[in-house]
Amino acid sequence: MSDQNALLSVRGLTLEVIHNGGAVVKDVSFDVSPGEIVGIVGESGSGKTLATRSIIGLIAPGIRHASGSIVYKGQDTLQAGDRTLRRLRGGEIGVVFQEPMTSLNPSMTIGRQLEEGLILHTKQTAEMRRTNILHMLTRVGLKDPAGALTAYPHEFSGGMRQRIMLASVMLLKPALLIADEPTTALDAVVQRDVMELMVELTKEQGTAVLLISHDLPMVARYTHRFVVMERGVVVEQGTTEEILSRPKHPYTRKLLSSLPFRGDVRAIDTNVSPIVSARDIVVDYPGRKSLFKKGAAKRALHGISIDIHPGEVVALVGGSGSGKTTLGRTIAGLVKETSGEVLFQGKRRDNDWFHYRMNCQMVFQDPYSSLDPRMTILSLVEEALRLIPSLTAAEKKQRAAETLEEVGLGEAFAGRYPHQLSGGQRQRVAIARAIARRPKFLIADEPVSALDVTVRAQVLDLFSNLQKRYGFSCLFISHDLGVVEQIADRVIVMQDGRIIEQGDRNAIFDAPKEAYTRKLLSAIPALDLNDSGGVKLKWRLDA
Amino acid sequence: MLMAVPTIVIVAVAVFTLIRLIPGDPAALMLGDLAEPQQIAALRSTLGLDQSIPMQFMIWVGHLFNGDFGKSIVTGEPVLHLVLSRFFISAQIVVLAVFIASIIAVPAGVIAAWKQNSLTDLALVGTATVLLSIPTFWLGLLLLLFFGLKLGWVPVLGYVSVTTDWKAGLIYMALPVATLFIHEMGVIIRMARASTLEVLRLDYITHARAKGLSEQAVLWRHAFKNAFGPTWTMIGLILGNLLGGIAVIETVFSIPGLGRLLVDSIFQRDYPVIQGCLLLVAVAYVLVNLVVDLLYPLFDPRVVAE
Amino acid sequence: MKKLTFNGVIGGTIITLLFIVAAIGMFWTPFDPMKLSFSARLAAPSGAHLLGTDEFGRDVLSRLMVGAQASVWIGFATVCFAVFFGTLIGLISGYARGWADGIIMAFNNALLAFPGILLALGLLAVFGANQYGIIFALGIAYTPSMARIVRGAVLSLREREFIEASKVMGNSEIYTILRHILPNCLAPITVLATSMFGWAILSESALSFLGLGVPPPAPTWGNMLAAGRPFIEQAAWLGFFPGLCIALTLLGINLLGDALRDKLDPRMRGLK
Repeated sequence: MSDQNALLSVRGLTLEVIHNGGAVVKDVSFDVSPGEIVGIVGESGSGKTLATRSIIGLIAPGIRHASGSIVYKGQDTLQAGDRTLRRLRGGEIGVVFQEPMTSLNPSMTIGRQLEEGLILHTKQTAEMRRTNILHMLTRVGLKDPAGALTAYPHEFSGGMRQRIMLASVMLLKPALLIADEPTTALDAVVQRDVMELMVELTKEQGTAVLLISHDLPMVARYTHRFVVMERGVVVEQGTTEEILSRPKHPYTRKLLSSLPFRGDVRAIDTNVSPIVSARDIVVDYPGRKSLFKKGAAKRALHGISIDIHPGEVVALVGGSGSGKTTLGRTIAGLVKETSGEVLFQGKRRDNDWFHYRMNCQMVFQDPYSSLDPRMTILSLVEEALRLIPSLTAAEKKQRAAETLEEVGLGEAFAGRYPHQLSGGQRQRVAIARAIARRPKFLIADEPVSALDVTVRAQVLDLFSNLQKRYGFSCLFISHDLGVVEQIADRVIVMQDGRIIEQGDRNAIFDAPKEAYTRKLLSAIPALDLNDSGGVKLKWRLDA
Repeated sequence: MLMAVPTIVIVAVAVFTLIRLIPGDPAALMLGDLAEPQQIAALRSTLGLDQSIPMQFMIWVGHLFNGDFGKSIVTGEPVLHLVLSRFFISAQIVVLAVFIASIIAVPAGVIAAWKQNSLTDLALVGTATVLLSIPTFWLGLLLLLFFGLKLGWVPVLGYVSVTTDWKAGLIYMALPVATLFIHEMGVIIRMARASTLEVLRLDYITHARAKGLSEQAVLWRHAFKNAFGPTWTMIGLILGNLLGGIAVIETVFSIPGLGRLLVDSIFQRDYPVIQGCLLLVAVAYVLVNLVVDLLYPLFDPRVVAE
Repeated sequence: MKKLTFNGVIGGTIITLLFIVAAIGMFWTPFDPMKLSFSARLAAPSGAHLLGTDEFGRDVLSRLMVGAQASVWIGFATVCFAVFFGTLIGLISGYARGWADGIIMAFNNALLAFPGILLALGLLAVFGANQYGIIFALGIAYTPSMARIVRGAVLSLREREFIEASKVMGNSEIYTILRHILPNCLAPITVLATSMFGWAILSESALSFLGLGVPPPAPTWGNMLAAGRPFIEQAAWLGFFPGLCIALTLLGINLLGDALRDKLDPRMRGLK
């Protein structure tokens, strides 16, 4: 029944939870041919990771194989013994995980970790192993391969660690590489470099790749074919071209329509005086103090000035370490500026904190951390109204309930606790809390980056609807340019604590001037909708 | 790491203050209720008790730096010598017990974690919890009752140092060491299990499996070293704690160790000896933890010794 | 409601029994625990004296029941002392940071450098060997551990975004501490307080065993065990039963502590 030419052939794979028998992966079938790149796209809970880990017999504790087969080079790995599996693992099938920060053993040198696989799967001499390792480390772009051999993982950045992971896996020349969200934890720019490296390396060695990701455009960019999974089931599979242009399943269409599209151009009056201005903001982080000497201070922001006009959504973009979050937190008053000042409605913010707090609110990135776990949803929103003198207790309660209703959380949610809610629902609560006071200005720090693709689209919609209804100004901090393209009126690009480029959204997206901006943009596609619910992805080149 | 110095300074101040807080005049106590006021005054001046408190502290610290910890009010022996000789007796019991316990308990804890929720795990954790719940002084009595009185294998009273007669000394040490060993087994098994469980959840363990390593290699080469760090710190704390808490064991087995010395000195209000004991144990505790911290980078290169 | 764990049930049962026995002991015991009876000296366990009698002919069971009160009371009072002061110091230290935190923690670490029972021994020399002396001594000895745990919890909570959200809402620091930080510290405080209850009972009996605890003739498990020590050959039950009581109580507390930790530890919660 399985394809004779396939390298890997998964048929009717079903995995279930041991204690209640519920299926987490249902009747999943797909093939991977030698040298081919196949994608698996799905959101959290789609079972994509469970399904792919079981290929090498790493079934999560509490889960068991119920039916179906996984045939690799004619051998069913689900029936194979430990010895066979161990020979396949690493030697034939390599795996790269999402988290480069935790995928390498912190107490073992890079050299030993790389050598371990070679000792296990090859008969190379120590000399050959060293040569091969050095060659591979050079190949993945490490500047000092010989030095890396005796270094420990914590001495490298996330991007470098992912390159080392890739080196450790590709060193064994596997026939199949399972890459599970290999670049999700990395900065957009680094993400693309690592992906390109992975594609090149596997092409050189003729390795087939199973690329697992929630990021549909990324998968589409590098694969010939892909599989869409939803809640443990394969809902659609086919060639990349086909699925993108003519999606058949409603879920695939939903995924595609959840991709951020460019929003309309709105008329913002920039001739009126700005509601919030930051003037020459400098922030130094103190160096690490020890008993005898004070480490040199690190300058996070080098004299930043920005204006935000009434009703305007200004996006702050940049990679990690660009200072965008520090700027947002400084304007919010969570970080004390070393020099410079923040003006609100033309007056110094520091002169009237109460007035500023009543009118400036914030939405945080992590909905798991931004809500007090010991408070109910209603009391969380009500708390935001606590300090408003003009409202009675009853009015506060009613306003809180109305606001919850407004963000799509009806009465049923009022008495629940944050841990009983999904990530998207929590972020709705956080938004409700922020807008309950009817602030004139909102700072949103990566408000949707922790959310799944479809949920992200819904929360973004909610956000822009509320923005239109209440007309608050917004500083929207994001590393995701797709989201920014959809929501922002104006874009400010930051790098290393400085503003390097700013302008209207269309100007920045269509005619970026700086190389860094072009590089950021090259990581996201421009989308063209077609009539059948499909899209065409256009990648911008950073050349 | 540099915290060790201020800690020891504060410890010295605390010990000094503590002793001054004790109600009653030691000179009067020493001379009994028939003493003349002149006699008391004379003794106060020999003991330096007639100086102001800060002055007394300065004099005391000055003496400490010269290795002069004073003399026992009761026996007249130099405190430093007395305390150090007793400390040696306590330390050999504690170190030996913790050493043997660690050798057995750490692997046991790792195995329990590896077989989490299996019968082996339940048995190991259950045993460990029971062992750690048994008070050492009771366990000591039971062992004494069984091995000393019932079987007659070891003497019930008395003490011989290993330095005078190592064979006899070892026999006298056997039961106290066994008592502590059994108790600490419980503590260390649970600690080693908990830290191994933490590590086994991490990605690099899955990655080590995905490389094709055998379970043994995954467990001992990848998990063990990373899990050992917290356990190592714990063992340091246990060592320090036992040095202070060994008094009960020494009472059960009538061993003339540091703990017994401290308790006796408290009964006799022998200030200089109480001071010496407290100071020595606190300093030993700080030093043990300093050594533990200094060696920690061996298990976890992320922690760099400063 | 999550289902009760085996550990929790066993531990809870043992501790409940302890409280019940201690409570009954306040009103009724089989014999007067202080009544001397030279005719019944060192009587082995029998129908009349279920757990035998001691060297003065006093009923061991009755004395154990009264001793349970001492253990529960001293354990409880010590824990209250350490929880109150430890939480206060930990909250201030963790929230203030800076030099205030530095000084508080330097003292805290110095106190932690004394093994708990050693510090208690030193303090007992000051306070005198009686139950209040023990409560103060152990309370002071345990406060630094509680302070350290609370401070750690506060420091990690401070990094959480909901504390920043409270600041952005314009809430005062006192309000933030009481409304958001303290309630979220309750889990680690509860877990540690449970262990401390066990430490206190153990330390009390150890101190009494050394002759530095509650003075006889008032019975505590520790001084009964110490008094039984010379009679270990003739009357092994004198040392056996008090020790068994202590061991069972500690086992109960340890099991309960494990169950609480599994239930309250946020790292474990994420896995469910």
